[in-house]
Amino acid sequence: MSVVGANYSYWITIVLMVGGMYILIARGNLLKKLLGLAVLQSSVYLLYIAPGKLIGGTAPIIAEGYAVYSNPLPHVLILTAIVVGVATLALGLAIVVRIREAYGSIEEEEILARDRADDDEAR
Amino acid sequence: MKDDLILRVVSKLTMPFMLLFALYVQFHGDFGPGGGFQAGVIAAAAIVFYGITFGLAAAQRLVPEIVVERLLAAGVLLYAGVGLAGILLGGNYLDYFVLGADTVAGQHRGIFWVEAGVGLTVAGVMLKLFYMFASRGRDAGDA
Amino acid sequence: MAATVVALALQRNLFGAVVLFSIYSFLMATVLVALDAVDVAMTEAAVGAGVSTVLLLGALYLVGGMEAKPLVRPLLPLVLSIAVGAVLAYGMQGLPGFSDPQAPIHVHVAARYLAEAPRETGVPNVVTAVLASYRGYDTLGETVVVFTAGAGVIALLRRRKRK
Repeated sequence: MSVVGANYSYWITIVLMVGGMYILIARGNLLKKLLGLAVLQSSVYLLYIAPGKLIGGTAPIIAEGYAVYSNPLPHVLILTAIVVGVATLALGLAIVVRIREAYGSIEEEEILARDRADDDEAR
Repeated sequence: MKDDLILRVVSKLTMPFMLLFALYVQFHGDFGPGGGFQAGVIAAAAIVFYGITFGLAAAQRLVPEIVVERLLAAGVLLYAGVGLAGILLGGNYLDYFVLGADTVAGQHRGIFWVEAGVGLTVAGVMLKLFYMFASRGRDAGDA
Repeated sequence: MAATVVALALQRNLFGAVVLFSIYSFLMATVLVALDAVDVAMTEAAVGAGVSTVLLLGALYLVGGMEAKPLVRPLLPLVLSIAVGAVLAYGMQGLPGFSDPQAPIHVHVAARYLAEAPRETGVPNVVTAVLASYRGYDTLGETVVVFTAGAGVIALLRRRKRK
């Protein structure tokens, strides 16, 4: 019981990570895959931030009257990771938009079927 | 959404405050939560909000695309330039200690300009992304 | 938050999925506030719930609405995901407990940053100090990545505008 109680944040991280991974693998829709990837990514944010917290501590902005601060290093890493995450998400979306324009679909199965048909024609 | 009176009025009322808040976040980032990344995103969000309410063309009149493109390159160059300034003043690359009268002032100045560079780049990229996706849709709709 | 992810997995309407993702980002931001990561929470709220929702909706408008029903039940991915989850849960047993002051993360450079950053840089917000000064190269790299991603999107989506 204490294992579950003390490491609650890890359990949430695992659930989010597995959920994101499931969406990423199981869904054929490319936009949905990107959403799954984003969920997977944000589970990593939690994995980094949660260990940095100290109970009774405060945000790492030095001020009079506080002695305990949470760890600033993961905050820095994740801060940049979030912004880079959205930039790469946009890049992925741009590729999806181009795929849609080229194939008329963003379903993996249909795209593969069209590719196979094209290959057969070429032969 | 151009004809919705409430949206027009509210967006006109709130936009200056959003931009002001972006500046606050940018320059107060040394003392409170905030910094270049957040400020850039908030500034871009204000313009995006304007663009959603009044249409893409209005937003592009307000902040022309050419300005946005210059902006996002200028941010990276500013950041790299701060590093080069460190070398020119006799230190290492991205060494802020030599930028000011004493080391603390130099650090402060270096952090300020670096954050400004980050803010410019992020704002430019986010706004440019919005313009690209939105204009793509408009062209496809016209065709 | 976990419930939102489950709903996201089940939602077949892509517009609904985007809205759920936005809700998820906002919940994540509140969790980050609770974990004392105010800078990160601010970024997550602005980026995750704000800008990425706008971008997703913009892309959604271009690619259109519904997700096709999968042809086979996705049993293999489910089994695989659960297996990975089990491995992660096993690995988690070796990690230090929540809010343990003796955990490795708290005993290396972080203590020095907290003790020295205000004196060395004159900036009370340690996150800003570490971001821009101690890890300046890192942040320069991240800025270049953001720039490159923007340039990539411009390159991918520009062509039609020219005519």
